Amino acid sequence: MNNIFVYCEIEEAVIADVSLELLTKARSLANQLKCKLECVVLGSGLKDVEKQLFPYGVDVVHIGDDKRLSPYLTLPHSNILQHVLKEEKPQIVLFGATSLGRDLAPRIASALKVGLTADCTSLEIGSHSDKKTNTEYENLLYQIRPAFGGNIVATIINPDTRPQLATVREGVMKKEIFKDSYKGEVKTIDVAKYLNDADFVVKIIERHMENRKVNIKNAGIIVAGGYGVGSKANFKLLYDLADVLGAEVGGSRAAVDAGFVEHERQIGQTGVTVRPKLYIAVGISGQIQHRAGMADSAMVISVNTDRMAPINQIADYVIVGDAADVLPKMIKYYKKNSK
Amino acid sequence: MKGLKIIVLAKQVPDTRNVGKDAMKADGTVNRAALEAIFNPEDLNALEQALRVKDMVDGSTITILTMGPGRAAEVIREGLYRGADNGYLLTDRKFAGSDTLATSYAISQAIRKMKNFDIVFAGRQAIDGDTAQVGPQVAEKLGIPQVTYAEEVVEIKGKEVIIKRRLERGVELVSATRPVLITVHSSAPDCRPRNAKLVMKYKHARTLTEQQDASEDYLDLYQTRPYLKIDEWSTADIEVDDEALGLSGSPTKVKKIENVVFKAKESKVLSPSEIEIDELMRELIENHTIG
Repeated sequence: MNNIFVYCEIEEAVIADVSLELLTKARSLANQLKCKLECVVLGSGLKDVEKQLFPYGVDVVHIGDDKRLSPYLTLPHSNILQHVLKEEKPQIVLFGATSLGRDLAPRIASALKVGLTADCTSLEIGSHSDKKTNTEYENLLYQIRPAFGGNIVATIINPDTRPQLATVREGVMKKEIFKDSYKGEVKTIDVAKYLNDADFVVKIIERHMENRKVNIKNAGIIVAGGYGVGSKANFKLLYDLADVLGAEVGGSRAAVDAGFVEHERQIGQTGVTVRPKLYIAVGISGQIQHRAGMADSAMVISVNTDRMAPINQIADYVIVGDAADVLPKMIKYYKKNSK
Repeated sequence: MKGLKIIVLAKQVPDTRNVGKDAMKADGTVNRAALEAIFNPEDLNALEQALRVKDMVDGSTITILTMGPGRAAEVIREGLYRGADNGYLLTDRKFAGSDTLATSYAISQAIRKMKNFDIVFAGRQAIDGDTAQVGPQVAEKLGIPQVTYAEEVVEIKGKEVIIKRRLERGVELVSATRPVLITVHSSAPDCRPRNAKLVMKYKHARTLTEQQDASEDYLDLYQTRPYLKIDEWSTADIEVDDEALGLSGSPTKVKKIENVVFKAKESKVLSPSEIEIDELMRELIENHTIG
C-alpha cells in the first residue's frame, strides 16, 4: 500500500523509453520513501512484458491484457487505471508527458479529484510546513517544472490529496537498469470487469505511426543550428560536419519554426532534452528554453557572429564567426587529421 | 442535419513570450496585470475548427466560454469578430487562484448550465501554464469522450465526428460520437482573420459590468440590439460548491518559484582563423571528444 506507480506506455510489445526513464527515477524515489515500485501496463499480447520491467527494480507489475486495449484509447485505459488506483491507493503516480500521458493523466486527476503537475523536469522528496494551518508535511513529492514559458522554475506540491500525479517529459530523466536479476511479481487485472460498451464511443479508423528516424536523445555528439544559420540550404553545412564527426543534427525552436530543420530534431524545453559529450551550437542565440534542453552537455562549442549571445555563457569555446566560414575549416582539419 | 451547438473554451493569457521581472507575485501566482493579454494561440486554432464545422453544418452556433477577470471579455469580442455567435464570461473573485482541477470544475458546471451541446472545442494547452489538462479534465467531469491533439475535423456524419489527430510519432484518424470534447493542436490551420462586417456589428458588445461603465451615448444600443450583450456568470449563476473553487479547491500548491539560472562557464573565445580552429580540433581529437 501507498507505493509509487508508473503508467507504462507500450508500442508493438516494447515498453516506451520514457516509461523506463520514469521507472529509473521512481526506483530511487521508492528507495528514499522505503516503499515499493509498481507499474501498470495495459495493451494486448503482453506475454512476458514483465521481463522488460523487472530489471528496472519493479516490485509489482499490473498487467491488463486485452485486444480492446491496443491501440490506446482514452476511456478504456482511464477507467481501468482509475479502478486500479482506487484499489491500490498509491502515494505517487507518474506518466510520460507524451501525447498519450497528457491525454490520460488529466482524466485520472479529474476523476480522482487530485492534483496533477504537467511536464516535470525534476522530482524530489521533501517536506513542507503550512504556516496558515500550522501543519507539517513529510515526504511530499516535489514536482519541479519550468513555468511561464520557461522563464521560471516552479516547485509544485500536493499536500493533502493522494495520489500525487505528475507527468515527465521524455529524455529528462536517465534510463538505467537497477539490477538485471531483479524479480518482482505479476498481478493480472481483470479487464473485462471494468470495461463496458460506452468506453468505446471513440474508434480508431486509421493509424500511421512512424518509427523515429532520428535519435538525437542518445547521440554522443550533436551539431545544432539556430535561426542564425539563415536558411534550410545553409543547414547542409551542419549535416556535412555531423557526417564527418558521426554526430546527429539538432535545431532550436526558432530554426524548426522557420522550417530549416524537422520538428523531431528540436532541442529544448518543448523538444528533446539532450546531454551529449559535445554540443556544437551554430547560430543559436540560446534562449532559456533552448539552454534548458542542452545545458548538461559535457562540452559546448558555440559558433556565433554575436560575441554576446546568451548561449556563450554556458559554452566552453566560443568561435566568433560565421558558420559558412568556420564549419568548412572544422571539416577540413578533421578529414585531414583523424584516423 | 440539424445545426450543431458548439462551445469553444477560450482563455485570455499573458503573453509569456515577453515576460518581465514583475510577472510573478510573492505567492507564486501570476501577476497578469504586468503582461500583455492575448487570445491563447491554440484556442484560436480551436475556434477555426469550430467555424469550419459551422460552415459544414447549416444552422450551427458557436458560443465562446471564457473564465477570467472582467477584461477577459475581450476574448469573447475577438471570437464574435471572427464568426462566433455569442459568449459567456465566467467571472468571480472566488475563482482566483484556481488550479486546473478547480478551473475544470467551474467550466464544466457552466457547460452543464448551457445544457445541450454537441461539441466542445478547446486549444490543446494555454501558453501561461502549458499543462494541456483543463480540456480532458472538463471532459471527465461532463462524462463525455475526448479527442486531444486534433488537427482537423474531417467530417460530420450524423452522430459521428471524424477527427484527424497529430501525435508526436504519427497521425490517427478517429471517429467519436457526439457529444465530444476536442482539443486542438497548433499544427491545425490558423484562425481566419476578423471579418470587417462582424467587427462593425459587435464592436460595442459588452458584459453587463462593462455596460455600466460605457458612455451614455451607447446605452440605447443595448436596449435595441440585444446581441450586444455578453453574458456574465458568477458563482451564483452556476451550481457550484465554493469549497471546490479557487485556492481551497486546488490540490496543487506552488511551494517555490525560482529564476532559471545556468552555471556560467569560463569560456575561451576564439577567432575564426584557421590556426585557432585547427588548434581546437586538434585538442578535441587528442582528448577523444571527437574521433
